[in-house]
Amino acid sequence: MTALPSSSLLSVDGLTVRLPVAGEQRTVLKDVSFSLDAGRTLGLVGESGSGKSMTVRTIARLLPEGAEVTGGVAFDGAAVFDLRGEALRGYRARDVAMIFQDARAYTNPVRRIGDFLTEAMRTNERMPKAAADRRAVELLAKVGISDPERRMRQYPHELSGGLLQRVMIAAAVAARPRLILADEPTTALDVTTQAEVMGILQRMQREHGMAMLFITHDLELAGAVCDETIVLYAGQVMERQSSARLHRDPLHPYTAALVQARPDIERRAVRLPAIPGHPTTAYEAPAGCAFAPRCRFAEDRCREGVPPLLALEGDAETRCVRMPGLRGRMLQPEEVVL
Amino acid sequence: MTRTTTVAVRQAASTSWAGWPTLRFLGGRIVGLLATLFIASLVVFGALYAAPGDPITFLTHGRTMPPEAIAQLREQYHLNDPVWLQYLRWLGGVLHGDFGTSIIYNQPVSSLIASRAAATVLLVVMAAVVVLVAGLSVGLFAGLRPGWLSRSTMAGATAVMAIPTFVAAVVLIIVFAVDLGWFPVFGAGTPGLDAVYHTVLPAIALALASVAFVARLAQAAIRQELSSDHVQTATSRGLPRRIIVRRHVVRNAAMPVLTVAGLTIAGLIAGSVVVEQVFQLGGLGQFLVSSVQQKDFPVVQAICLVYVTAFIVLNTLIDLAYTLLDPRVSLGRKDS
Amino acid sequence: MTTVAADARMLAREARRLRRTGALGASGWTAVIALAVLVAIALLAPVLAPQDPNAVDLSGAYQGSSAAHLLGTDASGRDLLSRLLMGSQTALVGPFLVVLVSTILGTLLALAAVWFGGWLDQAVVRVVDAVFAFPGLLLAILATALFGSGLTAAVAALSIAYIPYIARIVRSAALRERSLPYVAALRVQGVHGLWISLRHILPNVAGLIVANATLAFGFALMDLAGLSFIGLGVQPPTADWGAMVGTGMAGVLQQQPQEALYASALIVITVAAVNILGDRLTERSEARS
Repeated sequence: MTALPSSSLLSVDGLTVRLPVAGEQRTVLKDVSFSLDAGRTLGLVGESGSGKSMTVRTIARLLPEGAEVTGGVAFDGAAVFDLRGEALRGYRARDVAMIFQDARAYTNPVRRIGDFLTEAMRTNERMPKAAADRRAVELLAKVGISDPERRMRQYPHELSGGLLQRVMIAAAVAARPRLILADEPTTALDVTTQAEVMGILQRMQREHGMAMLFITHDLELAGAVCDETIVLYAGQVMERQSSARLHRDPLHPYTAALVQARPDIERRAVRLPAIPGHPTTAYEAPAGCAFAPRCRFAEDRCREGVPPLLALEGDAETRCVRMPGLRGRMLQPEEVVL
Repeated sequence: MTRTTTVAVRQAASTSWAGWPTLRFLGGRIVGLLATLFIASLVVFGALYAAPGDPITFLTHGRTMPPEAIAQLREQYHLNDPVWLQYLRWLGGVLHGDFGTSIIYNQPVSSLIASRAAATVLLVVMAAVVVLVAGLSVGLFAGLRPGWLSRSTMAGATAVMAIPTFVAAVVLIIVFAVDLGWFPVFGAGTPGLDAVYHTVLPAIALALASVAFVARLAQAAIRQELSSDHVQTATSRGLPRRIIVRRHVVRNAAMPVLTVAGLTIAGLIAGSVVVEQVFQLGGLGQFLVSSVQQKDFPVVQAICLVYVTAFIVLNTLIDLAYTLLDPRVSLGRKDS
Repeated sequence: MTTVAADARMLAREARRLRRTGALGASGWTAVIALAVLVAIALLAPVLAPQDPNAVDLSGAYQGSSAAHLLGTDASGRDLLSRLLMGSQTALVGPFLVVLVSTILGTLLALAAVWFGGWLDQAVVRVVDAVFAFPGLLLAILATALFGSGLTAAVAALSIAYIPYIARIVRSAALRERSLPYVAALRVQGVHGLWISLRHILPNVAGLIVANATLAFGFALMDLAGLSFIGLGVQPPTADWGAMVGTGMAGVLQQQPQEALYASALIVITVAAVNILGDRLTERSEARS
């Protein structure tokens, strides 16, 4: 497993995933490609069914039985789907860590917090109990949990959602992974707790130099936290751009609609511009551009064949055939553009 | 003034012990147990008065007797007292181990029961062992290794659950006792290893349906735990599968499965009556049936009471064990 | 494709999915057919039976299959086929009555407890728990001790003993339903409590009740057959599957297990069919909720 000098830490290339549902193979991810360098943060934004959770699960190889994967996922130059047995366990134990969305569901309710935190250390790294306990207490303190020794002896149901999420972050960071996969880690929390937890996450990330793949449905949160953002729709990458520019200059009608749909604190709107229709999965997407049925800029050529990923200046990509023509005009009110 | 009250409050707070909720819960459960036992004893005792006719007909077996003899019987069984007094007298006797006198045998019921209890206990214990060992291992295996073998095992379990205990007993007798001659058909044998040998077929017959039930339950619980979210967390951390299975799957599934298995075993008490009758094991169940046929009512009352008490006590113990041992069922306050 | 068309496609797909979960499945329908056949046999038994089920012929005991006796004869020379056909009547009627009475009473009790709440609910829970402490078979044995052998006492006793099963399930389901918003909406409109229970909550719980009643039928059948087996239920010379297994025991010891085996097979088939149907109905009622 040699690391090439200029290669990324994580590179996903043409990833297509099909899952067995109700007796048939359904596509959930279609031709997804991106890369992530060490220490950087990449945001994955999308509505439900867009495939964002599936992406990180594929990277961690947490797919259900019968899943079909084509395309490649490479970590540090090595193909993830070629890993077997000990190598796979090592990859999961040392290189990659997942933070799940609902901490309460993802922790074992009959085991204590201390056991949860120290389990991986004692089993994978063969740390003796005393040392592992000390490390766990340190980690709890670092994520801002008071009275950590007492917390170690408690059960998950005795902690609030926010505390449990911090515990999950502590557990993820414990093994000092090189990549963190965070699946909507703050969605289930109230806004204040959300801000605190995000702060902790970012601090730990900077301290240990970890890369992070951050999933959210909140475009603004991605903008605040991530260096670069990818917008997913119907299992496909619709846009990739630096987070800072995304809000001012979306490169895809879907992104523009997402930006507009969020109520603005400064301006008053007569009616919130919601996107008509429902978000679809890759499986249910029609022929042609998946977003076309809901897009107000759609033309006939949008329905002819899946649009390819276009590279745009400023290290950005978009899957809209009307680009770069529509650039800079999608955030304007309706009458002006068409 | 304020300082002394603050100190008093702090002292009062320090005496609030974490064990009080548990004790309160235990107390509540025991009260419930006694209440149910009380109602059960009322039913067993009162049934005699619910029956058509005078209780005296049970005691005389419908034979016509001279009035003096009847009067004497009335005195002997305190039938002239008000019902509630008779009940209390009976209950008092029961709590001292005195269940009255058998009409047929003219001996104390308690000694008649005591001599027959061993066979019943042996039967139920052996059946319980079969249920736990066979049911749990089959269920565990089927749950951990999905495939055609586990699917057909579960289908087989469903079929077995349709076999009533007495049918199982008859079929086992046909195959293993009459045809193959491996086991004796009737009797309890001499105490010791011979008794165990005689109880093998009866125990299997009694346990069969419960084995199937527990196996299906265990398999479902294991499957559910295997696909649960917290197991995904463990997998994502790179833990070896056997550790995940042992610490996260089996340990989590164990509590509810063992609880239901325990309750199922408590339910074996009723089935043992039929099994004892078929195999002529000479235990309490067989005695119950013969006493019913001979209308020996004090014996019927006593055995019913013993059975129901055992059932209720077992159920309560299992309920208590589950509530106290499972950390998910929190009796105390929630911290935050 | 327009938004409307895309939506329509999605809805059609969902409808297909729901219809699939609504079906009873191949096993479910097989069970229904088997049960229908058994019920038909029970209803038509007097017509179908080739011989008089009680016609004794001691010289013709334990005969094998013949033209006159398709399944042979029992220890008293009676035709086994006729006895098995007639036996279906007592074997099926008893459990049916038990389930009917216990389901109706249990449901009413549970709905009343849930609706009125408070002390009534607590009282019902305590009484139901106390009855639950009596294994059905034991209560039936006690009843036969008091009221004599035969089906009447046993059916009455089992009906009471089975009430807790249905009552508990209905109570917890009804409690769940009652906390749903539509019930609060009805109450605000001033709809009477009892009407809400019967007209609105009951239909939503009905699927669960039917599924459990079906399973209860199997248990009742096994309990009643067991009772007849030990001689306390259906009395000779009436033909009954459970009783026939009992009388067939003598034959088993004489290497003539036919009576016991045929009667046992019929019991197992019936219970298996009922269990399968009950399982499918339970799945279906859970899928809908």
